[in-house]
Parts: sequence; C-alpha cells; structure tokens
Amino acid sequence: MLELIVFYTFATVAVVSAILLITRQNAVHSAIFLAATLLSVAGVFLSLHAEFLAGVQVIVYVGGILVLFVFVIMLVPTDRAVFERRYNRQGKVALAVAAILVAELGYGLYSGRDIEFAGPVAETVIEGNSQWVGTVLYQNYLLPFEIASILLLVAIIGAVVLSKKPPSEEQARQTAGNSQGAGD
Amino acid sequence: MVPVYHYLFLGIALFTIGVVGVLTRRNVLIILMSIELMMNAVNINLIAFSSQLQHVTGQVFAIFVIVVAAAEAAVGLGIVIAMFTNKATVNVSEIDLMKW
Repeated sequence: MLELIVFYTFATVAVVSAILLITRQNAVHSAIFLAATLLSVAGVFLSLHAEFLAGVQVIVYVGGILVLFVFVIMLVPTDRAVFERRYNRQGKVALAVAAILVAELGYGLYSGRDIEFAGPVAETVIEGNSQWVGTVLYQNYLLPFEIASILLLVAIIGAVVLSKKPPSEEQARQTAGNSQGAGD
Repeated sequence: MVPVYHYLFLGIALFTIGVVGVLTRRNVLIILMSIELMMNAVNINLIAFSSQLQHVTGQVFAIFVIVVAAAEAAVGLGIVIAMFTNKATVNVSEIDLMKW
C-alpha cells in the first residue's frame, strides 16, 4: 500500500509537470518543470528498486543535460519568443495523432493484461543493485559499453564543431597569408 | 509490489505528452526537452520490466538510453547554437529553407 502511494505521488508530479512543460511560454519555466519531471521519474526508479539508475538519472539528467539546456537558454535570448505564437498550426492534427497513439498503446496494454510473467529469469541474483548492474554491464555488455563511449566522444566533437563560429573573412585571409608565408 | 501495468500507463502518459510537445511547439528548445521526456518514458518501461522479471538487463539498456540522450542533447543544443548564430531565431517555423 505504501509503495502504491509513493508511486502515485511521483507519477502525478511527473505527469502534471510534463504537461506544464509543454504548455509554458517561457523556456526557463519549461526547464524547471523538466527538472521536476526528471526528479520524480528518479523517484519512480527508486520505487522499482533501481537505486543505481535513480542516482544516474539525477546526476546525468538533472546535473548534466538540464544544466546544458539552461546554459543554451541563457545564450539564446528568448525574450522575443515571449510575444510570439506558442504553438504551430498543426495543433489539431497533433492532438488527433496523440489520441490515436494513446488508443493504440492502450489497446496493446489491454490485450496483454492476462499474460502471466514467468517469474524471475535471472540465473544469478547479486545482492546490491549497483553491483549487479555493474557486473552485467562489464561482463555481458562490454562491447556496447565501449561503443557508447565512442558515441559520446563523437557527440563531444560534433557539438564543438557545430557551435564553433565560422571564421570571418578577415581572419580567413590572415590564416591564408600565414600559411603562404610558412610555405615560402 | 505495484503491478507492472501502472508503470506502463505512466510510460504511455509521458511518451504521449512528449509527442504532443514535439508536434505542437515552435520553440526548438522545448522540442528537445519533449524528446528527453519521451526517452524517460522508455526508461520507465525498461526498468519496470527489469524489476518485474528480476533481470538486470533492462537497467543496463536504460543506461545506454541515457547515454544516447546525453549525446543527443549535446549535439542538438550545438545545432541550436549554430542555428541561432546563422538565423537569429530558435523558432522552427522560420527554419524553412528546405521546405517546399
């Protein structure tokens, strides 16, 4: 019963702040509601006994990605956007698509309601969530882990290249002159 | 133990809110935030089944989803910065160079 209350508290906060996220005019308010959603999703992870993931969620999402969002909101002046239309013109179509999506997913969930789960399928259960996740991650999923690290490296380089300012013409001429001088 | 379908309903709700946000908003930053919301919904489903089946693979996959989300946020926000330096707008309706 207590678990149910904890879950519903976190789930309600998550859904309500998600709805507020997509309806606020100001991007900073949306970022704050995104923080509320992410923290309550971390609470849902805790109620699922996934303590390691809850910590990762708080550190990576709230501490990393969200701060990145707030930095970009700071760099990009959004005061002009406050006076603009918030939604685009496909709102009705979007709501229809969302209704179809909900109907589809709800039907899928409803038709699978009688499926019995085959109970625990793990061969070995290790005490401690972080230890278990770490053991499986580094033993069975070592190659995907390394590929993920390469993906992050590529993302870092890509972000740096994308946000670099294109050199002005004067700078470009200077660089060309320098390289010519070095060639001579 | 909360039945697993409660978590799946939460996942559906968050994912649908994310879809609506992506389809209706015009500010590219809020569109990126909605994509993060959808990834969180997927993570809830993965971890719900991981907990239900007492099998930790779902949680390992959730870690990979978080890695992809971080990479996507970094590159996406880099694109936003590049877009703003070139066109001085974060409004997706004004990025219509390739629109027929």
